[in-house]
Amino acid sequence: MSQEMPVYTGLQCPIPLSDYPSVTLAHGGGGRMTQQLIERMFLPAFANPALETLHDGAVLEVGGTRLAFSTDSFVISPLFFPGGDIGSLAVHGTVNDLAMCGARPIALSAGLILEEGLPMEDLWRVVRSMQQAAQQVGVPIVTGDTKVVERGKGDGLFINTAGVGVVPPGIAIAPKRACPGDLVLINGRIAEHGIAIMSVREGLQFETALQSDSAPLADLVARVLERAGEQVHVLRDPTRGGLASALNEIAAQAGAGIRLHEAAIPISEEVRGACEILGLDPLYVANEGKCLAIVARDVAEDVLAVLRAHPLGAQAAVIGEVVAGHPGKVMLRSRIGGLRVVDVLSGEQLPRIC
Amino acid sequence: MRFVDEYRNEADAQKFVQAIQRLVTRPWNVMEICGGQTHTIIKYGIDRLLPDAVTLVHGPGCPVCVTPLELIDRAIAIAWRPEVIFTSFGDMLRVPGSGSDLLSVKAGGGDVRMVYSPLDAVSLAQRNPERQVVFFAVGFETTAPGNAMAVWQARQLGLTNFSILSAHVRVPPAMHAILSAPGHVIQGFLAAGHVCTVMGTWEYEPIAETYRVPIVVTGFEPLDLLQGIYMTLAALEAGRWGVENQYTRAVTRQGNVPAQKLLQQVFEVCDRQWRGIGTIPGSGFRLNAAFADFDAEQRFDVAQVTARESELCIAGEVLQGWRKPPECPAFGRLCTPEHPLGAPMVSPEGACAAYYHYARPA
Repeated sequence: MSQEMPVYTGLQCPIPLSDYPSVTLAHGGGGRMTQQLIERMFLPAFANPALETLHDGAVLEVGGTRLAFSTDSFVISPLFFPGGDIGSLAVHGTVNDLAMCGARPIALSAGLILEEGLPMEDLWRVVRSMQQAAQQVGVPIVTGDTKVVERGKGDGLFINTAGVGVVPPGIAIAPKRACPGDLVLINGRIAEHGIAIMSVREGLQFETALQSDSAPLADLVARVLERAGEQVHVLRDPTRGGLASALNEIAAQAGAGIRLHEAAIPISEEVRGACEILGLDPLYVANEGKCLAIVARDVAEDVLAVLRAHPLGAQAAVIGEVVAGHPGKVMLRSRIGGLRVVDVLSGEQLPRIC
Repeated sequence: MRFVDEYRNEADAQKFVQAIQRLVTRPWNVMEICGGQTHTIIKYGIDRLLPDAVTLVHGPGCPVCVTPLELIDRAIAIAWRPEVIFTSFGDMLRVPGSGSDLLSVKAGGGDVRMVYSPLDAVSLAQRNPERQVVFFAVGFETTAPGNAMAVWQARQLGLTNFSILSAHVRVPPAMHAILSAPGHVIQGFLAAGHVCTVMGTWEYEPIAETYRVPIVVTGFEPLDLLQGIYMTLAALEAGRWGVENQYTRAVTRQGNVPAQKLLQQVFEVCDRQWRGIGTIPGSGFRLNAAFADFDAEQRFDVAQVTARESELCIAGEVLQGWRKPPECPAFGRLCTPEHPLGAPMVSPEGACAAYYHYARPA
């Protein structure tokens, strides 16, 4: 039987060419333009129920077992940065995406796209770092692929990782489950990855002892789930686009409001200082070792204790709550007591002029 | 964080809010000049803490917002040239010209780079002698000395591959324009603390006298703003006018004299077109004859590039305080940060973007 041809409603690109005839960096910034790309192009093209949950990974039922499946690509520059490198980041990224589905990671794949001329020494450092990161989490890299592109057609090294994990029975993590009354927790200080990367970027070097927070969250999440089970409603790692983008996505999908307390959000003096000088809002700066947990109010104190007892959660805090008012929107009570909307950014955050 | 947390203290802020509530006996319209102040007001929700009788009007003090369309089109034309490395502060990159923006030029293969300082552009020119490095020199009197220093250094270094596209604007002529417009509603001003750090406060004394308005030079932290608002309202309630200084930790009457001298050495005062407002006499700086060879508009011959602004956009009325952004029929519908019709929707300091991001009705 011949396969049925996909039906296109038209030959026209669903994103009007008049808007953006070509891809801009803002389409990858994790903000509204990334969302539009997903909603207008990818979702209609690939439509299926697993994709439509719009979570960090898909959950598929196979022979009575619920499998979580996720993928992520890493195009970071520079390849090596304070607190990590593209290799460890690629392992942590996918491990964390699986953990945010409530899954225990089982295996990873690694696809490497190498640029002609990349020093073999650099490649070896990255590969060793991937090996160590995978070993630390106890998840093997079981399959992979290598491609080489001509000099000038890649930024040294790109990595794609994918992973599968098993979701234990009784666990149901989904953005839609956030409901009024729930509390919002985070396991530590925000914006450290983004600022650490910026501190070593060309043209913007500044001196700081700051390190990326890149870390595998699977163990931390497993302990939270052991304690609070299905009372854990949403988990999300606020990576690209930061805390603000992640919470906006959750608010929109849950049809509930989220109210944050600025003074309660953990942030280091160094990151605050760097953000002040650079004209950036830390709420939109990337994290790679942070987990937002939205849990039923009754278990919030228990979950906070579990987080704080973990090496990756010493600075954990309750930073806000889910409310019935302003559905789909995130509001923040500022340090001086005023209230404002925390919106989704259009693309990447651009520093202010003065 | 020291020198920051002191100015963001909730208990102190509440004291000012209560003092303002006790002080105010009737409605007042106060304009904060600077986009940075607008940003603080909206970001910390200060406008929502004030009594209803006090209306804050967001002024034209965002350099990104008032840069005319024509100049952005010229920047884009220059940035497309293969020999050019076009450098700019971050938030200028997304400002829409007639058909495109600088980020789209970058996506299309143009060499557009974000810098944090004009001096970074000078060192780019040193490192790339075979390329032409152009810096988009926007800003008020705050950023103008840095830009003047870049040109001055380029001259000292003998660089022939560095130039600036100058879009400098000056605050006092804009205040004259607002106060002499028929039917204006502004009764008091928060003057821009950082502009005054450079220029001092003496320039504002004749304005306060001529128009009999209180002008309070104000800083940028939440408590600065609350204190500045309090001082302005106290003057209004008492029927006083004149220049007062809230931002004494940075601003003196004479200002930064070496910076003012550098401005005189490199620039001259000129008429300048403001986006959405029109031409204001004497409201800009351009390179003077001695430094004219650093003028990118002349070097790349872009005078033939002209543009017309969107008819839907009411940016001019917003920037002069006649209307609030949500009163614009295009606000949030036809005009959003993704598809801005006018510049105040682009920069996070712009009055419309500030409303869109922080104060959109929940």
